[in-house]
Amino acid sequence: MAKAAEALPPRPRDERLAQTGLFARLFKLPELGALVGAVAVFCLFWIEGNGFASIDGSANWTDSASELGIMAVPVALLMIAGEFDLSAGVMVGSSGLLLGLLVKHLDLNVWPAIVLVLLFGMVMGLINGALVMSTRLPSFIVTLATFFILQGVNLGGTETFTGSVLVSDIDSAKGYGSAKRIFATTWWSPHDFQVRVFWWLGITAVGAWVLMRTRFGNWIYSVGGDAVAARNVGVPVVRTKILLFMATSTTASLLGIMTALLLRSVQAGEGIGREFYFIIAAVVGGCLLTGGYGSAIGASIGALIIGMATIGIPFAGWDQNWVFLFLGVILLAAVLLNAAIRHWAARARL
Amino acid sequence: MNAAPAATGPHLLEVDNVSKYFGNVIAVREISAYLNGGEVLCILGDNGAGKSTLIKILSGVHQPDSGRLLVDGEDAHFTSPRDSRARGISTVYQDLAMVPLMSIWRNFFLGVEPTKGIPPFRRFDVRLAKRTVREQLLGIGIDIRDPDQPVGTLSGGERQAVAVARAVHFGARVLILDEPTSALGVKAAGVVLRSVVQARDRGVGVVFITHNPHHAYPVGDRFVILNRGQSLGSYAKGEIDLDELIRLMAGGEELTELQQELQTMAPPAGSER
Repeated sequence: MAKAAEALPPRPRDERLAQTGLFARLFKLPELGALVGAVAVFCLFWIEGNGFASIDGSANWTDSASELGIMAVPVALLMIAGEFDLSAGVMVGSSGLLLGLLVKHLDLNVWPAIVLVLLFGMVMGLINGALVMSTRLPSFIVTLATFFILQGVNLGGTETFTGSVLVSDIDSAKGYGSAKRIFATTWWSPHDFQVRVFWWLGITAVGAWVLMRTRFGNWIYSVGGDAVAARNVGVPVVRTKILLFMATSTTASLLGIMTALLLRSVQAGEGIGREFYFIIAAVVGGCLLTGGYGSAIGASIGALIIGMATIGIPFAGWDQNWVFLFLGVILLAAVLLNAAIRHWAARARL
Repeated sequence: MNAAPAATGPHLLEVDNVSKYFGNVIAVREISAYLNGGEVLCILGDNGAGKSTLIKILSGVHQPDSGRLLVDGEDAHFTSPRDSRARGISTVYQDLAMVPLMSIWRNFFLGVEPTKGIPPFRRFDVRLAKRTVREQLLGIGIDIRDPDQPVGTLSGGERQAVAVARAVHFGARVLILDEPTSALGVKAAGVVLRSVVQARDRGVGVVFITHNPHHAYPVGDRFVILNRGQSLGSYAKGEIDLDELIRLMAGGEELTELQQELQTMAPPAGSER
């Protein structure tokens, strides 16, 4: 004891304090980069003009952003927990098609059909999660498999049941009117903001609250940051991850329901390829691909950036294909920024 | 084999002739040791001496093949680390205790988050968590600058000390520290040793596993030396000095031989480069 104390002069103040303070402030705001990016993109298209920043223009790009943002939030939580769901895009299509088939071919009322579709989403998430957790394979490869399975079922099943490549006339079903008022109406005539913009904001608020202010949120960070450490202190790692897979696929079902009710018909190829946009939104919003760090609000801002670019580029009179270039550039910038943050935060000072 | 008990009544934690085999490998053989509250029991041994197996038996990861494990004088059968934790035995692993990307307060309460409010609005009591962390760490002599700091930016010693503070805060009666100082520099090791002493002074029994007698001797009350799965003896602090501890730990004669060998190899004085 005496010997140990001798060897220990009081710790001097760390001369690296100022630097740590700056980084720590940045670290606490994973969404900061996305926020700066969103303001910049908005300003760019505002200057380009053509009514992008007008109320009608805003109704346009908030709709585009909401379609991504609704999914970006659960995808971000799942990514923070260290997992991917590549089937998230095609699940939107599967759910829309299932809803259409239930109301058209089984003559079900829309409301019980919605309940069944949401149950389908939960089950698919359970399957994804249980497969990933029981095989210990990377979720990337497991959900790539479910992605292709669902894609095959969507295309083949639609052809079999309808003899065409889409399920249509969903609006002729019983209960359509009341369901549309909740899931697919517009608001603030004549500008016509889509109601799913509010769903997006609501889901973002819930996602952010769960992540930052609940026990479950603490578990999400921990299972993605270090699953072994989390298990050692008693966090139910398997349950946490499976619940997040279920949240992701159930939200995809919700979006599929909204899309089906809004468009009144669903293409067999609906949603395919959208999973990458969800992941881009989450990464641009500050989520680390390796898990353990990120933000639900950031993912929503990421979706906003993509939504603004998707609408803003044709608004500005540019060719629509430049959207891809834009997405690639912001993704690369975000990944580089995130990698720098991770490098700083994860290194040990011994 | 044990030194005379320092306290009357049953020991807080005791192993009595435990052995553990992995196939035909004898990992530990007939080890006996005990621990009382407010004491530090040091388990010393070189790599492969059986230290890890012994602590895994104490923490419920492994079950002994023979011998008894006693808590408060009663037979205890742990089938998982959860069982040992339920009896107040808390193990602090070297690298596995903390999530580096998470803040100190999130790590501190990971798995045992304090909540407030009623479901479905039950939430993590963040303010309480941050305040508790600051108080607890000050209590073991660590002035953290900001509880929001990610644990990955703490020094290795500070991280171990946070883990010790966490275990003590959550009512650990026995704290098992697995090589807490082995990867650390002098200053960082000091931070950990100080937290060990603080925990001891609060009445916690500490099992301190190390291969460094210089770290063990200043804080230990009793020393058990393992070599190749067997105990070379158990000594109270007054019965052994540091040099003897070092000699025993390195396998006694082996070290003496090594010293002689190295001396014959040493260049004559004055020719140092």
